[in-house]
Amino acid sequence: MPLIKDGAFVEDAWTYADEEGPLPEGPVIVSLTRWQNEKEALAARTAPLGIKLLSGEEPKEIAGDLDKFAVIALDFPMFKNGRAYSYARLLRERYGYKGELRATGDVLRDQLFFMHRCGFDAYEVSQRITIDGWKEAMDEISVVYQPASDGRKTIFQARHGD
Amino acid sequence: MYRYDEFDHALVQDRVKQFSGQVQRRLTGEITEDEFKPLRLMNGVYLQLHAYMLRVAVPYGTLSSRQMRMLAHIARKYDKGYGHFTTRQNIQYNWPALKDIPAILEDLASVEMHALQTSGNCIRNVTSDQYAGVAANEVEDPRIWSEIIRQWSTLHPEFSFLPRKFKFAVTGAPEDRAAIRVHDIGIELVKGEDGQTAFDIYVGGGQGRTPMIGKLIGKAISQENLLTYLEAIMRVYNMHGRRDHLFKSRIKILVHTIGEEEMRRQVEEEFAAMQKDGPVELPKAEIERIQAYFAAPAYETLENDPDELNAAFEKTPAFARWVKQNVAAHKVPGYAIANISLKPVGGVAGDASAEQMEKVAELADAYSFSEIRVTHEQNLVLADVPQKDLFALWQELDANGLGTPNLGLITDQIVCPGLDYCNLANARSIPIGQAIAKKFEDLDRQNDIGELKIKISGCINACGHHHVGHIGILGVDKKGTEFYQVSLGGSADEKTSLGDITGPAFTEDKIVGAVENIVETYLSERQNGERFLDTYRRIGMKPFKEKLYAAH
Ligand code: HEM
Ligand code: SF4
Repeated sequence: MPLIKDGAFVEDAWTYADEEGPLPEGPVIVSLTRWQNEKEALAARTAPLGIKLLSGEEPKEIAGDLDKFAVIALDFPMFKNGRAYSYARLLRERYGYKGELRATGDVLRDQLFFMHRCGFDAYEVSQRITIDGWKEAMDEISVVYQPASDGRKTIFQARHGD
Repeated sequence: MYRYDEFDHALVQDRVKQFSGQVQRRLTGEITEDEFKPLRLMNGVYLQLHAYMLRVAVPYGTLSSRQMRMLAHIARKYDKGYGHFTTRQNIQYNWPALKDIPAILEDLASVEMHALQTSGNCIRNVTSDQYAGVAANEVEDPRIWSEIIRQWSTLHPEFSFLPRKFKFAVTGAPEDRAAIRVHDIGIELVKGEDGQTAFDIYVGGGQGRTPMIGKLIGKAISQENLLTYLEAIMRVYNMHGRRDHLFKSRIKILVHTIGEEEMRRQVEEEFAAMQKDGPVELPKAEIERIQAYFAAPAYETLENDPDELNAAFEKTPAFARWVKQNVAAHKVPGYAIANISLKPVGGVAGDASAEQMEKVAELADAYSFSEIRVTHEQNLVLADVPQKDLFALWQELDANGLGTPNLGLITDQIVCPGLDYCNLANARSIPIGQAIAKKFEDLDRQNDIGELKIKISGCINACGHHHVGHIGILGVDKKGTEFYQVSLGGSADEKTSLGDITGPAFTEDKIVGAVENIVETYLSERQNGERFLDTYRRIGMKPFKEKLYAAH
């Protein structure tokens, strides 16, 4: 799956691990179940570790373990399922997660803007997306009303000189 | 009324450009209809039985005369010369071509209007009381807070892909004209302990297939906490609302399943945590900025009941009838609230022609500070008319088919589009409403019957609010034949109740007779001039049922 990060397509160094069996070499992303079952073994590995949360697996489940993960992938089983927008904001704003936050699953061009605002910084795109398209999606709305995880200045703030 | 500043303009302009791009990508086939669907829905573009439909937001139902003229222009240029005012105080065009929609959105943007979030699983256009600002006993103009909520909810990054659509209604008066208890979130302005405006927040009301009355979840929430509190409710719903089943995905089902107590607990817990994460700040200066837009217009010093009004009553009984029925008391002496009925007998509830829209705009300029309101019962209001000008106003209305004196009467119905337009319908709604109106056309008879709200939906989705009709009519399908189920005793005001089903449904040729039968029962049981609803609440279903099904 093509991966967009920091405004460019990048090589994806990560592999998703299966539910069981030996782990591949190098950086892997495991499921929540696998993390909960094999915490110690996984934490003892030297290669970087990531975790993927499915829709319904809430960030509070891993809130105490965030320093173990270099990547958290949040799944959009369908673009219409917007739970992960809340998960992303919770990870960034409540639990202080600073690592890569990756959108995976049904990730379409016209949702990228909202994802970015909620704190995602990496996107596994499932559609024919170009970098120009990505840039357009980031820039086409020039002002925002609400504070979110991207720290953008809001219209309320701009109006009142904060 | 509210005016856009540079920021509001920028957002709407950006959005028009963005949607033009999306339409372009659809027209060239770069994206599929499936991929296009959520995008067009977020811009109010539906696919109906015959064509695309465009739903334009009228925030909290308030329009300037300039905006109304633009709506007329759009009806004439891009549609078939009329538009349809909806139960959510919006206007809908039934026949625009997809390729024209970007141009329509441009036109709308030029008068500070848009179609943002009028459909899709997001926070929809916020509705409010059509008497906002002019009702005698309101806490504050609810449109101030509706506008704040409109801005906060516009392109909200976290809440644009909710489990299902989400509707807010706000009222500032204890008499509820905005049906707040049948909305996902209903807000009533109250006075907090410090004497400041605060907010009672009802959650989980709704109609549709599983009607529910909203529960009071947040009591007297303060101004500075309002947006954070709303965001907490939205987050609980976004994370925990069901997404596996279309019919179970509204917030009312979540509240019903986990219970009022648990809902309140989760919201309060989230709210407390959000205050630590960083609340949604609403600067005092911003509240004041928006309040200033809703300051009272420059009223003249006038007397109540001027001589010219009384003289006109004597000379023209039809005018007197209209005033009695369609004009409501205004908080400022010498002024009145004039309701314009969009329910002429034989018409389609809520429809207005381009010419009528222009006429109303002209009358608003002449008599009502250039402002118009749309009501959720699909009528229009001129809220600030000097009493001395009522006669001149009425003459113009009457000459343009806008003077029907039936506000709140049996012919002032809410009627959904039904089988004539809608691909979900079981039955026709519009012709049934018309047949009932025809039957009760006689104005003396209507007046004698008094307040009686009939609401008609063509299927269980309840677009026509049948659950909260004093008499509700629901189209059901039995083996390919249209049938109509009747319910009694519903109401959407501050004493909200859901109607009770009378019994077996009626065929198309029996439904008008059934309504007549119900009305006759009421008239024979009525005591001391009580309303239909009061009689029903006093005597219950039994007498009605006995008469209705006596012949069987
Ligand atoms: C023409 C096609 C239309 C279609 C296909 C349609 C579809 C629907 C559907 C599927 C629902 C149920 C949603 C739910 O329960 O979650 C619904 C509810 C509703 N619709 Fe429509 N609708 C149409 C037109 C209209 C019109 C013209 C109006 C306004 C006059 C309207 C106002 C409403 C309202 C007020 C509800 C009830 C909301 C609630 O559940 O609280 N609809 N509609
Ligand atoms: S109530 Fe049913 S028939 Fe009427 S407009 Fe709504 S979906 Fe269509």
